[in-house]
Amino acid sequence: MTIDDWLESACADADRRGLEELKPLLVSLADATRALRDADWDEPVPPPAEGEEP
Amino acid sequence: MTAPLHFHTITELAPLIAAGHVSSEALTRACLEEIEAHDRTLNAFITVLGASAITQARELDAEIAAGTCRGPLHGIPVSLKDLIDQQGVPTTAASRVREGHVAAADAPVTARLRAAGAVLIGKTNLHEFAFGTTSDDTAFGAVRNPHDPSRSPGGSSGGSAVAIVTGMSVASIGTDTGGSIRIPSAACGTVGLKPAWGEVPCEGVVPLSRSLDHVGPLARSVADAWLIYLVLRGEATAARWPLPAPRAIKGLRLGVPRHYFHDVLDDEVRARFAACLAWLRQAGAETADVTIRHAPGVAPVYLHASLPEAAAYHADSLMSAPERYTKNVRLRLEMGRYVLAEDYVRAQAARAVLRSEVDAALAGCDALVLPTLPIPAPPIGASTVDVAGTPQAVRSMMLRMTQLFNLTGHPAVSIPMGETAAGLPCGLQLAGRLNDTEGLLATAAACEPFVNA
Repeated sequence: MTIDDWLESACADADRRGLEELKPLLVSLADATRALRDADWDEPVPPPAEGEEP
Repeated sequence: MTAPLHFHTITELAPLIAAGHVSSEALTRACLEEIEAHDRTLNAFITVLGASAITQARELDAEIAAGTCRGPLHGIPVSLKDLIDQQGVPTTAASRVREGHVAAADAPVTARLRAAGAVLIGKTNLHEFAFGTTSDDTAFGAVRNPHDPSRSPGGSSGGSAVAIVTGMSVASIGTDTGGSIRIPSAACGTVGLKPAWGEVPCEGVVPLSRSLDHVGPLARSVADAWLIYLVLRGEATAARWPLPAPRAIKGLRLGVPRHYFHDVLDDEVRARFAACLAWLRQAGAETADVTIRHAPGVAPVYLHASLPEAAAYHADSLMSAPERYTKNVRLRLEMGRYVLAEDYVRAQAARAVLRSEVDAALAGCDALVLPTLPIPAPPIGASTVDVAGTPQAVRSMMLRMTQLFNLTGHPAVSIPMGETAAGLPCGLQLAGRLNDTEGLLATAAACEPFVNA
């Protein structure tokens, strides 16, 4: 499911349940979901850069 | 000793109690008097257990008179965050949802404290269901910061930190799912320890997000936190008392993660942190910058890991009694019901990456050091604060430095690092290796004398 589709359906559900005030939170959750999905979590951890070791 | 006895540390009080020079009853009565005098303003307690605490203290004094001392916690007044079960006492979680609840049994941590001789003086106020960082969304009135009652004490274990600072209890037990022990410790000027995940049992404690929840001590010194941690972990402290002398500061290796963590920082907090590092280096510690590459992604990961777990626990009550929650907590719990399963799984995978990165950052040092809070205690009810000329969301700011170590499970402790010009405390956070909470405490104890100027 795309984030836009999810947000549309979540906001419609919030409306249906009379939870108008939830909609701004769902918008912020959509932004966070976008950030979670866009980050390169699969990349291996790089070794410490030179000079990083105490 | 110049301050009244009930403002002293466990380390100072324990030998006096053991020798019969100070009675637990006198100490307990002094704490109860502070509660009576100040709690109408500060709202630190939900339930005060005056009569049972006095009875318990008298019994413990009688044991001393008969030649028995259970250990350093013998006769020490300790408060419990009101998320933790104590037999026969309500566990409100600061919520009307829990009206009528009375705990059938002690939580394991409560039973361990009781067995170690702690006097259970009362249950402290918190952010409702521990789901917030400011302790103002609560059915029992906002908790107030004793350094400035117009400001938050931090949260969610706000009442616990206030109780220690004001002499209402000598130590307290809190919980920490995103920073809820360390945040109020920094905002109020106490020591707060989040042990490594899984070390201290969470049974009998109302959960927030089970894979992120931790139980730990708030106290007046690292040594006090250490002693309580041993008890919570199930060790007999009598055998470990006194604790070994602090390790030498000279040669201590401290890693400083600046990327992301120093991007948004109050000017005074930044200056205090810089001064602390300078003092530690002057004393012989070595510091070097380290990088946690995915740190900027921590907040979205935390959100997707924590919200569904919280929503799952509250699903029935959200359906049957939604009006009993405070508005903000209800809305955030409802938000959790919309997180997709696939994103919860993504968050779990991201946690593994973050854990590896923190392990790597710790590989060459004894601990990571960073401010506990990027801002001083915010005004009660504020949703944004100005940081270096830019408005920032209070909730994001409060969690920014701490939530990483809930995601990864590494132990972390906040110790006082002085105050702002307005007299608001700042906290220095140290994070240590997995499965080495005592190593972290030894490092924190070495740093403690040098950073609270």
